[in-house]
Amino acid sequence: MKYFSVVTVLVSLLFSAAYAIDSESFEDPELHARFRKLTREFRCLQCQNETIADSNATLAVDLRRELRAMVAAGKSDEEIQRFMTDRYGDFVLYQPPFAPRTFILWVAPGLLLVGAMITVFVIVRRRSQLSTVDAEGTDTP
Amino acid sequence: MKLRFLLPVIAFGLLFGVFAFMLHRTENEGYDPKLIQSPLLGKAAPSFRLPKVESPEQFVDSRDFAGQMYVLNAWGTWCVGCRQEHPVLLEIARQQLIPIVGLDTKDELPSAQAWLAQLGNPYTATALDSDGRVAIDWGVYGAPESFLVDAKGIVIYKYIGPLTMQVWQTEFVPRIQSAQSLPTKS
Repeated sequence: MKYFSVVTVLVSLLFSAAYAIDSESFEDPELHARFRKLTREFRCLQCQNETIADSNATLAVDLRRELRAMVAAGKSDEEIQRFMTDRYGDFVLYQPPFAPRTFILWVAPGLLLVGAMITVFVIVRRRSQLSTVDAEGTDTP
Repeated sequence: MKLRFLLPVIAFGLLFGVFAFMLHRTENEGYDPKLIQSPLLGKAAPSFRLPKVESPEQFVDSRDFAGQMYVLNAWGTWCVGCRQEHPVLLEIARQQLIPIVGLDTKDELPSAQAWLAQLGNPYTATALDSDGRVAIDWGVYGAPESFLVDAKGIVIYKYIGPLTMQVWQTEFVPRIQSAQSLPTKS
């Protein structure tokens, strides 16, 4: 009995992470999927580390309403994205555009990886040279 | 060989420098990473036509202010910072330097009217944006926000957060004076 209630609580916790968005669904599953995907691509500016889909801030609710209206009106993803960046700037995008001012942002991980690989390569080579020198230098009985 | 041991020290020094610089900016220059520069700056102010809080049968139209500079102040009776800001707006209104247009967003008419009756009305006109749609066009994400719009209808400055007289004097007044070709009455 005890186990049962624990399991019930755990199972309900599993489902409690449902999205704030569910009350605003489309009947057409295709439109609904698009709407949901879009709401996850934009940041809520009132609580800056949540997506518009996850947030219950008033601004997120209003922006979901706007997104819903635009999806219903058949606007393209580009048009919707422009609507958002015209008002809130690139910050609203979870995936920033590739532009000169975001160049470092996009290139840095690759540069770090290449740098790390070169470092590892150099260390490994030096070590192996060291060990061959050692092997030649040691006197074998 | 020695360089290898210096590297962590150099890395530490660099990080320390960056953090110290950013903390210094936060402490002394009012830098706030949460503030987002408005993409509206240098662009035309969004137009609107909304019921007027002071007399709801009339409308406040953005075209009413064509050809003159104005401040658009986004507020709401639910907004704590706006209550804090209100005396400053009254003081600015007393200076009669520039009209202040209120954008009362996500609000209801009776509470907006009560607010203005109780605290005083610094606004030339207050537009009631009950569903927050116009505030979205202006990119408002946390009231109070104040926009400075020039005579050509271009947004030239935005301040996020409660205005203070100091901010008004250092950020707004010089911009207003340099944008107005004629010297303003003091």
